[in-house]
Amino acid sequence: MEFTEEQLKRYSRHIILPEVGGKGQQKISDARVLIVGAGGLGCPVGYYLAAAGIGTLALVDNDVVELSNLQRQIAHSVKTLGVNKADSAKQTFESLNPDVNVIAVKERINSKNIIGLIKDYDIVVDGTDNFPTRYLINDACVMLKKPLVSGAILRFEGQVTTIMPGDGPCYRCLFEEPPPAGLVPSCQEAGVLGVLPGVIGALQATEVLKLILGKGKPLKGELLIYDALGVNFRKVKIPKNTDCPMCGKNPKIKELSDIPEQYCSI
Amino acid sequence: MEDIKADKYLDIRGEVCPYTLVKSKLAVEDIEVGQILEIILDYPEAAGSIPKAMLNYGHSVLKVDKISPKEWIVRVRKEVED
Repeated sequence: MEFTEEQLKRYSRHIILPEVGGKGQQKISDARVLIVGAGGLGCPVGYYLAAAGIGTLALVDNDVVELSNLQRQIAHSVKTLGVNKADSAKQTFESLNPDVNVIAVKERINSKNIIGLIKDYDIVVDGTDNFPTRYLINDACVMLKKPLVSGAILRFEGQVTTIMPGDGPCYRCLFEEPPPAGLVPSCQEAGVLGVLPGVIGALQATEVLKLILGKGKPLKGELLIYDALGVNFRKVKIPKNTDCPMCGKNPKIKELSDIPEQYCSI
Repeated sequence: MEDIKADKYLDIRGEVCPYTLVKSKLAVEDIEVGQILEIILDYPEAAGSIPKAMLNYGHSVLKVDKISPKEWIVRVRKEVED
């Protein structure tokens, strides 16, 4: 890769890493990553990936920025209150790194548009806040064999896992179906420590970069659980379920569907 | 004894850390295992840090010569793939 003098300076701490180098930085610049949700998780994931120089970064969100978001959604500000979140984050990321092509997709992801949205990307990041969408993203990524870096947060606890379709379990291997509406409280009902999505989002961004570089071992087949109050990181193994309705031997799910939206969002 | 001809020459006189290392690292990536890179530099700190970094990357440092009061030549042989 021919780097400009400005890029040599910007990415110098990457280039001198043996695991990255000029070749790895080139891979980062060539990568296309799609983040679903420009909220608590999407903001830090996108922020670090933009700083790293990801070539194309798409943000999918149809919500607008509200004051109650600013306690944790660090790409937004009082200047973008009322602005679409994908647009607001795009402004922030572009001012951080003009090398990055940031695409704001102002749509709510659903069974009709998801394939078209993710098909041209190398890696998908789940930064959503509800189970129906989480399962929909899992199913679409399994169908298209797209690596998926999934994160979730509530109160003082967060989770991360990387799903590599065809090479390890998927989300439905863990729980076949989403929990009934109302069983798991949302952040709106239960609260979330503002910094928590920062921790989990930074872990998700790290997983994305490792996948792009082909270095280290991906967090597949395991769920990493962070307990902020007890200061604990623990990993729980997720076995691949041969009867998984999505990625098992005889998958029952053949097409994508929208689960009725009874869940409230953050 | 005359040195054998290097496969690539890099002049980073005028550069300071960390760009001395950034440019040296990129130059090593451009040559094949077994080939030699010759670097000329004038940033005193880099005369010590570049050879050290190259050894850490797994390459061989063939020589570090002070050729003038403010200039050094470092020859590196690439030993491992990037």
